[in-house]
Amino acid sequence: MATNKDAEAAVSSNDMTVSAPPMGFKVIVREFMRDKLALFSFILLVAILGTVFIWSFIIDQDVVQSVSLWDSYLPPMSMSEDPMFEGTRYILGTDSAGRDIFGLLLIGARNSLLLGWTVTVVTSAIGIVVGILAAYYAGLVDNIIMRIIDFITILPQLMIIIIFVTIVPNYNVATFAGILILFNWHGQARFIRGRALTVGRLDFISASKTMGTPSLVIMLREMMPNISSLIIVNLTLNFAGSIGLETGLSYLGFGLPTGTPSLGTLVSYATNPDILENKAWVWLPASTLILVLVLCINYVGRALQRAADAKQRLG
Amino acid sequence: MWKTIIRRILLMIPQILILSILIFILADFMPGDPFTGLVDPNLDPAQLDVMREAYGLNDPLPVKYVRWMKNALQGDFGRSFNYQQPVTAVIAGRMGNTIRLSLLSIILTYLIGLPLGILAGRYNESVLDKTVLVYNFVSFAVPIFVLALLMVWVFGYNLNWFPARGSISVNADTQWEKWMSQLYHLLLPSITTAILGTTSIIQYLRSEIIDAKVSDYVKTARSKGVPIQKVYTKHIFRNASLPIASGFGFTIVSLFTGSIFIEKIFTYRGMGYLFLQSINTRDYSVIFVLALFYGFLGLIGTLLSDVILMAVDPRIRID
Repeated sequence: MATNKDAEAAVSSNDMTVSAPPMGFKVIVREFMRDKLALFSFILLVAILGTVFIWSFIIDQDVVQSVSLWDSYLPPMSMSEDPMFEGTRYILGTDSAGRDIFGLLLIGARNSLLLGWTVTVVTSAIGIVVGILAAYYAGLVDNIIMRIIDFITILPQLMIIIIFVTIVPNYNVATFAGILILFNWHGQARFIRGRALTVGRLDFISASKTMGTPSLVIMLREMMPNISSLIIVNLTLNFAGSIGLETGLSYLGFGLPTGTPSLGTLVSYATNPDILENKAWVWLPASTLILVLVLCINYVGRALQRAADAKQRLG
Repeated sequence: MWKTIIRRILLMIPQILILSILIFILADFMPGDPFTGLVDPNLDPAQLDVMREAYGLNDPLPVKYVRWMKNALQGDFGRSFNYQQPVTAVIAGRMGNTIRLSLLSIILTYLIGLPLGILAGRYNESVLDKTVLVYNFVSFAVPIFVLALLMVWVFGYNLNWFPARGSISVNADTQWEKWMSQLYHLLLPSITTAILGTTSIIQYLRSEIIDAKVSDYVKTARSKGVPIQKVYTKHIFRNASLPIASGFGFTIVSLFTGSIFIEKIFTYRGMGYLFLQSINTRDYSVIFVLALFYGFLGLIGTLLSDVILMAVDPRIRID
């Protein structure tokens, strides 16, 4: 995404003339300046991402996940009662096995964000390729692709994912990501195809075809740049969706495998009514973090969406 | 129109077949078979093998599929080895709960969504419109399981306004008390569902009304002297509700599907809860039929939506 932005910024600086309308990166900056809430969301998001990634690589995952039964369910801000961890203060308390909630939160957030981002990027990539192919070749190719997409759409998504998760042999992070990708690319493909169809009907594409430009060049150099801003917007909005799906599945117990904590794993402690009612420090921080993350990402996505569409811009 | 509907139904048959084959193959990957629970553990394994052979469990997959399909066409979808009952009976036992929950959720969704969408569209740029937009954004973004948990925690456990789990109180004696208790248990989960369910209704209604306000037919109606209130109720609302009508097929179908997250968090024994239970007890025959049923409902939902859209908007012809 960063490289794409850089490319756009480069383009806008190249054809900077006095009367030229603002393009690329500048439009985005202006949009965020006009909408202070979007700017706030963006800064908050960067701050969370920075904290999560830097801190989670500093802390030792083995120490966080080490069990200490003396420290079971300590409320926030209490000192460790285990002689092995003497002097440790648990800012957010501990879980049943005496593990530090704050550490689990950081590691969980890192895992959820990384998995969500991977799924989003891969599904978008598949969606772009399939969508542009369908829109460019139309006819039979489009028909076959659309029938497959229609079929996946009618599948009960959550159920099929859960069934797959339970029957896949040697289940791990990679297979989980694979299952999510398998049942999520079709929405992207449908969206990209719709937009690419509109672009594909424009005169310059027909002109390019008549001049004998190779199909691959038309698709990559002529159709794709025209939908690139939509791709970025979609990437952001889907990132929030993927995080929601992964944490939801992890909450149900069909998400990231044990040993790879996710934000959803922390929330799933709330399945126990006693923890839900009396030990809110175990699950509430993770729930709040999920809420803040999806709200911020979505809000940034909306601002990008407005920036991508001249009719909706605030500036 | 009937020709289109019949053609669409005929087109559904191959889709259902593919769906059933796919799910059948998945079910075959699952370990265990109907005898795992049925048979006395003291039985000789050799004897078990004879029985498996007799019931055709060792047959190749296509043979098994054809036999299953023949039985299914006669209404026999197999037995649940967890409940020791026919699968259809197990599912039918849970369906009532899910339909009640979904019905109330749908009613509440429209009760919240329609007025907010209409008002936001009519008075757009007002404070109300801006508030509705914020709500609309939040309801789009928030994952349902997070909201449901917070609702249970705040209103169920801390404030004690609503029961936090189950579908009926054990103290209810008379029929009237039972109904009231059921309704009381339904309120919190259906409010939660409704809060997040209004997103597309509000979004469509609002933008359609804003577009319609400046359209020619509204100008004509106003200039011939139709009162503004009547323009909204008779002219604008009818046109603006078309996109909502197009989603109504899925709304009807959602009566039967329910929500896995909501039923899990509120410990509400409906279809979604049954699915999770069957996954945990490895009750494959139930999982298989449930997945097939939900896929079938998805197909019906698409068909219903198109039919409703054709019925309310004569300009639309879908083939």
